[in-house]
Amino acid sequence: MDGPFFTAIGLILGADAGLLQIIGLSLRVTLTAVLVACAIGLPLGAALALARFPGRGAVIVLFNALMGLPPVVAGLVVYLMLSRAGPFGDLALLFTPEAMILAQTVLILPIVVSLTRSVVEDIWAEYREQLQSLGASRLRAVPTLLWDGRVSLLTGVLAGFGRASAEVGAVLIVGGNIAGHTRTMTTAITLETSRGNLGLAVALGIILLTLTLTLNALAWGAGQWARSRLG
Amino acid sequence: MSHHRAIAASILPLRLEAAGYAVGGEPLLSDISLTVTAGRRLIVMGANGAGKSLLLRLCHGLIAPTSGRRVWADGTHRPEAQAMVFQRPVLLRRSVAANLDYPLALRGLSRSARRDSVARTLDRFGLAPMADRPARLLSGGEQQRLALARAWSMSPEVLFLDEPTSALDPSATRIIEEMIEGFSAEGITIVMTTHDLGQARRLAEDVAFLHRGRLIAHHPAANFFAGPTAPEARAFLAGDLVWS
Repeated sequence: MDGPFFTAIGLILGADAGLLQIIGLSLRVTLTAVLVACAIGLPLGAALALARFPGRGAVIVLFNALMGLPPVVAGLVVYLMLSRAGPFGDLALLFTPEAMILAQTVLILPIVVSLTRSVVEDIWAEYREQLQSLGASRLRAVPTLLWDGRVSLLTGVLAGFGRASAEVGAVLIVGGNIAGHTRTMTTAITLETSRGNLGLAVALGIILLTLTLTLNALAWGAGQWARSRLG
Repeated sequence: MSHHRAIAASILPLRLEAAGYAVGGEPLLSDISLTVTAGRRLIVMGANGAGKSLLLRLCHGLIAPTSGRRVWADGTHRPEAQAMVFQRPVLLRRSVAANLDYPLALRGLSRSARRDSVARTLDRFGLAPMADRPARLLSGGEQQRLALARAWSMSPEVLFLDEPTSALDPSATRIIEEMIEGFSAEGITIVMTTHDLGQARRLAEDVAFLHRGRLIAHHPAANFFAGPTAPEARAFLAGDLVWS
């Protein structure tokens, strides 16, 4: 039991500067991506739940399917968009944290949209007549339904966070894993493992796991509290 | 209270003119001509599946007639001065006070006007002690009381009630019936369905009897209970005697 595990503990307890920089960047990228995906996905998912238009079924299936989009494919698509020859090449975003945020947003958005649609659809089935009776239009019902579904929606947002913080393919392709600039926890684990530098890899692995556990515990606690408090 | 008298042009009477409602070609309500007169308590009766709830939804504007017409006296398509209370009211996942605030906010009332109105409603119905409690955690009877209070606070000229007490115990039922009588005394027109004949006898001024989606009888309550002419209504009343 000596070697990588003890090196890892040492790095964590010593609050190694390189380690902190990598964690900070990972959190910044993933949290920003979650925020952007929510800002787009919550209203879009709710609209999809309430709107009736030709091709609605196809859109729902598309978003459901995109939940399983392989991160490397999402990375590849964003890479093609942002590369010199791509449509957004002039923005010079490739190999920047912003490119990684964009790629992770693409990964999270389908999760937020699909889960929001499903949650809001269920609440709408229950609320529809009552809201109509109280005088709410469909458009006005959207914020009401999102707010009343807030506990269930939190689970979806968290699933999105989990997916983004765990993936390596997309951020590796569009970020380039540049030390001190675009190196995240997952890309660092990949690199350090291949280099045989297991201590840092294990340290990052422990932190990723702890982060995921903590977030899930918080969400579960919030859900329990809300159920007992809000009914 | 001036609150309910402030409306200039009355929306009543409401007239259904040969109104029908069909789904997929199957008629659920047929050829219903009915006038809802201001200030009366109309009880809609009939067996399960006769179309009582649908008739209320049609009057309230939750569904549109697929044949015939629904005409409000003020000529609008769906006037604001009406409210409906459902068998199982849907309360929002927020506090009692916030539930009362919601429909007023939908109508664009200012924050201060809403605060006054909510306080008045809470007081009037003895809900003030539970103002901050989550509405969904109230008992069934309290939830229905809140739903009626919410409906009242919308200053309706006509209030539609769909089996408002069928899920409640006798004491909660009594409170709801007293609230309905209070509304009626204020001049609010009541249109209510019930399958409880005792309740119908207590509350009805007029009775509309539905049978398989058709309006079979529409009489003052005394005439209806004394012995309706329609055989279906007679059988319905007799059925009650057999089972009670």
